[in-house]
Amino acid sequence: MCTTCGCGDTELVPVELHEKILAGNDRTARHNREHFLEAGVLALNLMGSPGAGKTAVLEATARAAAARGWRLGAVSADLATDNDAVRLQKAGIPSRAITTGQACHLDAELVHRSLHDLPWQQTDVFFIENVGNLVCPAIYDLGEAASVVVLSVTEGEDKPLKYPTMFLEADLVLISKCDLIPHLDFDMARLEDALARVMPTPRALKVSARTGEGMDAWVAWIAAKRLELGMVGRVAGLGAALQGPGRGAGR
Amino acid sequence: MHEYSLVEALIGRVEAEARKRGALAVHGLSVRVGELAGVDPELFQTAYDTFRAGTICAQAPLTLRRVPASWTCSRCRAPIPRGEVLRCAACGEPARLDEGSDALTLDAVDLEVP
Ligand SMILES: Nc1nc2c(ncn2[C@@H]2O[C@H](COP(=O)(O)OP(=O)(O)OP(=O)(O)O)[C@@H](O)[C@H]2O)c(=O)[nH]1
Ligand SMILES: [Mg+2]
Ligand SMILES: [Zn+2]
Ligand SMILES: [Zn+2]
Repeated sequence: MCTTCGCGDTELVPVELHEKILAGNDRTARHNREHFLEAGVLALNLMGSPGAGKTAVLEATARAAAARGWRLGAVSADLATDNDAVRLQKAGIPSRAITTGQACHLDAELVHRSLHDLPWQQTDVFFIENVGNLVCPAIYDLGEAASVVVLSVTEGEDKPLKYPTMFLEADLVLISKCDLIPHLDFDMARLEDALARVMPTPRALKVSARTGEGMDAWVAWIAAKRLELGMVGRVAGLGAALQGPGRGAGR
Repeated sequence: MHEYSLVEALIGRVEAEARKRGALAVHGLSVRVGELAGVDPELFQTAYDTFRAGTICAQAPLTLRRVPASWTCSRCRAPIPRGEVLRCAACGEPARLDEGSDALTLDAVDLEVP
């Protein structure tokens, strides 16, 4: 009611909110993150263009991890099929598809729901393969401990400059399909320069799912990430070697 | 095209605020889009204009304010021009993204209340 004369007129009030539009997603993501941390599970959000080699990297990771006794798990986003989850399952990674339908990205709620029908607590490393897309997934926090962008050598060295938001928040870039480099005019220095212009502390590893090149460095990066978060070893190679007096101090 | 799901979240948030305050209508909203927010402002505007029909925002124009991205040295605070290598030329420290550069923020809503 109008406060001046009580005439029953309505009032226009400006309400200041200053709230992130994705605040709801971020809350759910925090919830997921707490779940993962409490269970000692390293969750990794794997992003990249369609066909960049995300699923292939995970298949190769399964081979490298089997030798080390790591327990892996995954959910794989797919617009329409469950092909990737089937491939991962065959590779020995317990997996589920998250069918996103129209949505071109995963959000924290989709991930949260998918966890209900997977024994994710019994894993050491849990991969979330996002929708193949260099734009939309970038801004949705899923509750991962780290995000990894898979960028194949066939995509062009300028991709980081064209899609800066995707790279901005990435903890690691996996430069995939490196076995193809001899057949291409690929310029690693140019790609590294592009990364340095969009990431303040760029980290990149060259890998090939085909030949296994770089898989040891990738697996070592994962082990280091677990250690950094104080997730120290149920199994050999996941920081167990470093277990002992003083572990976890200083972080 | 995640602009559509962002608009959905935006309208949902405005609806909740209007309900909480017993508002009769929404007369406008203002949103800030950082250059590195991963949002295409034009697409966002189009998505909003498509989705607002039939919601409490039907009569509420959206004012979008674009915020250019900027970086500063995390130690000496010297500005680091965007497009450059993100390391301070003087002290070698990595750059830090300035606030708002990557944010998508609902700043204010104009509500008509009884
Ligand atoms: N030469 C070579 N080809 C690869 C490599 N990794 C993947 N490929 C090929 O690239 C294509 C796409 O690989 P995927 O692993 O399905 O890529 P993805 O990123 O999971 O694709 P989406 O999930 O559909 O976005 C397949 O034909 C693979 O055989 C690699 O290391 N070397
Ligand atoms: Mg895939
Ligand atoms: Zn999208
Ligand atoms: Zn400096």
